[in-house]
Amino acid sequence: MGSETFQLSRREMLMSSATTAAVSSFASETAEAAPPVKAVPTYKVAMTVNGASQTLTLDPRTTLLDALREHLHLTGTKKGCDHGQCGACTVIVNGERINACLSLAVQHQGDAVTTIEGLGTPERLHPMQAAFVKHDGYQCGYCTPGQICSAVSVLEEIKRGIPSHAQADLMAAPKPTGAEMRERMSGNICRCGAYSNIVDAMADVAGARA
Amino acid sequence: MIFDTPAGTNPTDRMKVLGKPLDRYEGHLKTTGTATYAYEWQDVAPGFAYGYILGAAIARGRITSIDTRDAERAPGVIGVVTYLNAGKPGVGKFYVQKMLAAPEVDHYHQPVAVVVAETFEQARAAAGLVRVDYQRTAGRFDLAAQNGSAPVPPEGEFGGPNEKRVGDFARAFAAAPVKVDETYTVPDQAHAMMEPHASIAKWDGDRVTCWTSIQQMNWGTRDLGLILGIPKQNVHLISPYIGGGFGGKGTVQIDLALAAIAARVVKRPVKIALQRPIMFNTTIHRPKTIQRVQLGAGRDGRLTAIGHDSLSGNLVGGRTEPTVTSTRTLYAGANRLTRMRLATLDLAEGNAMRAPGEAPGLMALEIAMDELAEKLKMDPIELRVVNDTQVDPENPDKPFSTRAFVRCLREGAQRFHWDKRRSTPSAVREGQWLIGMGMAGAIRGGKIAKAGARARLDRTGVVTIETDMTDIGTGSYTVVQQTAAEMMGVAPDRIVVKLGDSTFPETPGSGGQQGAPSVTAGVYAACTKLRETVAQRLGFNTADVDFADGHVHSGNRSVKLADAAKDGDIVVEDLMEFAKLADQFQQQTFGAHFAEVAVDAYTGEVRVRRMLAVCAAGRILNAKTARSQVIGGMVMGVGAALMEDMAIDKRFGFFVNHDLAGYEVPVHADIPHLDAFFIDEVDPTISPVKAKGVGELGLTGVAPAIANAIYNATGVRVREYPITLEKHLDRLPALA
Repeated sequence: MGSETFQLSRREMLMSSATTAAVSSFASETAEAAPPVKAVPTYKVAMTVNGASQTLTLDPRTTLLDALREHLHLTGTKKGCDHGQCGACTVIVNGERINACLSLAVQHQGDAVTTIEGLGTPERLHPMQAAFVKHDGYQCGYCTPGQICSAVSVLEEIKRGIPSHAQADLMAAPKPTGAEMRERMSGNICRCGAYSNIVDAMADVAGARA
Repeated sequence: MIFDTPAGTNPTDRMKVLGKPLDRYEGHLKTTGTATYAYEWQDVAPGFAYGYILGAAIARGRITSIDTRDAERAPGVIGVVTYLNAGKPGVGKFYVQKMLAAPEVDHYHQPVAVVVAETFEQARAAAGLVRVDYQRTAGRFDLAAQNGSAPVPPEGEFGGPNEKRVGDFARAFAAAPVKVDETYTVPDQAHAMMEPHASIAKWDGDRVTCWTSIQQMNWGTRDLGLILGIPKQNVHLISPYIGGGFGGKGTVQIDLALAAIAARVVKRPVKIALQRPIMFNTTIHRPKTIQRVQLGAGRDGRLTAIGHDSLSGNLVGGRTEPTVTSTRTLYAGANRLTRMRLATLDLAEGNAMRAPGEAPGLMALEIAMDELAEKLKMDPIELRVVNDTQVDPENPDKPFSTRAFVRCLREGAQRFHWDKRRSTPSAVREGQWLIGMGMAGAIRGGKIAKAGARARLDRTGVVTIETDMTDIGTGSYTVVQQTAAEMMGVAPDRIVVKLGDSTFPETPGSGGQQGAPSVTAGVYAACTKLRETVAQRLGFNTADVDFADGHVHSGNRSVKLADAAKDGDIVVEDLMEFAKLADQFQQQTFGAHFAEVAVDAYTGEVRVRRMLAVCAAGRILNAKTARSQVIGGMVMGVGAALMEDMAIDKRFGFFVNHDLAGYEVPVHADIPHLDAFFIDEVDPTISPVKAKGVGELGLTGVAPAIANAIYNATGVRVREYPITLEKHLDRLPALA
């Protein structure tokens, strides 16, 4: 304790700084007047979003998530972590659910993207959206669009016979059981803790018991 | 209105709309992605720019130089804000953290710079070009190292006295024939709400408007005013939807402070969302506690001595984690000593997280009670029953307003089939699984505070309620809607609810589970005034009118409610203030939590198989959303019991697992079907609506119930949360 100054090795300094952009000990190693970073070229990408053709001119670093939220203003798709750890940004691309934060928009030339806004509207809810309302499968609502996009996809995956870790017999056709749905939904975090109600909502739509 | 005598019969007792399991008011918006959260407002701030925060790379020391030249010349960059051009940000009244390293660095990831650019991608890239030199100094990161030396601090604004003595604890404990004296640790925990803190800030002259995500509007305007050095009247905050908070968005955090500061510097509206990886080290968290619990009892199980000594740590000036709160009120016992000590740590600030004090405090106390029951060879429920008290144990002249604790215990035991539990640990096996059942009691303050509302009746018969209350997922919109519908005698679809705007009448917001009781009392006051005004307009005797079915009735006369506004909207505003009753009555909510677990005898992995909560919290305003609050608390309790732990790198002084992959919270596969049941009660000493909060009650007691179930399954007592497999694996019973 006290005010002793740590002597850090270069390796330790790297460790301590791994998650930030600036590292002090490198300041002296950097050219004093580094040339300014060049402008990043933009790219055109065309995709179908909720059935409508969209052509965007984007910085190639733009994720599909930010293209939807910041460029198309489809803010129903949520940014919870931006690192594929929470599932709030789940959208359906060419029939498969993905984390929109983990792919760049320019990878989606010609793709068909469905977001929560494409499933239903406040006036005409998708059956899964209606089931979430009925079973209170949400609280703050922030993970909800991702949960619903996942839930719709999970029931589809089960119908298509895609196996999961929760099955006793991988060769048998999976069924929409509680265990099966919980396993497949585990990439979508709900910190409010609506899980029990979400599975009830899914079971309702699947015509099964949770 | 002033509420200072227990409520009699009033329109809320009709329970035609109140209490019903209505779907959420805003459900169709949230499920279709059309509820607008802070970062998502598109048209309110034309010309906005994106801010990106660079966090400090050291835990303690000072910035010796910042070179922002390359960042400033990077494409799209509008400006870089550091302590050199930010002005001198103040500090709010609740959080003590400083919003910028200036140039002292108080904790890891404390903001060093905000890069503002035309796009998010440009701001993020340019943040990587800011070069910072630091001088590092040693920091204090290990709470246990200060266990002997940390002082008892002076009493703060929240959390009660840091030392409280009743009777002679030392003598009684020494004389007790049966004792427990154990130490428990609860780690640092993160709120980890799904929506990162986010704000858009826009200045008009010396006034700032911010679309943000905070729980308490009145604290927000106060604290942002202090931070920016402007009167709070010049701050306008708008938060109609909040993507979770759990206390972590109580008032102004760095996103809001720095968006406003950056917008002032670059003279453009700025929006900032905290990137998830800096949230854990740079916003608040529930601080770690090391808690020694000493229980002394007679052979009949009656407690004669209750001691609870708790250590937490914080930044200089930070608050103590009030872990002994529950211990002071839950059980009878003549001799008591509760004490809280506070160490200084150079980690991010510790502050309120869902049921501050009570949640971590009961995680210790309720294991200790389980240990005492075992020593006494008593059933854990019976031990709690014999130690029930109907008066404040520290102040026998103060009765509990309602205390259905024993009913919760008994009801829960029956519903959970507690009689099937084997009291001998490790007695039930199913193949490789060791099966156990556990329970714990729960108590959480039933607080209420001054709250206002505005009510408007228009000529179509629609009543619009405006209040600065927030809905963080708790169901505020819906209980406000139900209260107003009940008071005005109209269908719920005749009510419009507007929340989360600091220009609306003031409430305490969402915190301390006082939101729902407070705001519904405010709505009661406003609607009472509206009823009086309507009756006058329609020429009724105000003492003898009934509002029902969209009409106003008196004697044989019946008039449409809407007719009162045919010549123009009627707008009234009132607030409910509270006096005396909180001094006369100990107002608390109670619960009992039950859990059944299976522990894999080979790996030590714990699976929760069944859980039940039985809660008593006064009138339940909406059976559906209240249940959701409780089961949500139960999920968070599973996290606290089994996985949540902000791991500290004690060399470099930061929380290592600072994202949602490293900081594990329960996911779908961790949670079985959950049951919650409410005791039918009202509390007329709280407010005319007779309701108390449930949101924090649902969490308190959950984790120790699971811990006790694990012990019942394995016979191995783990006193250090979370109960991860390595803590009991080497002591698990051998498999036959």
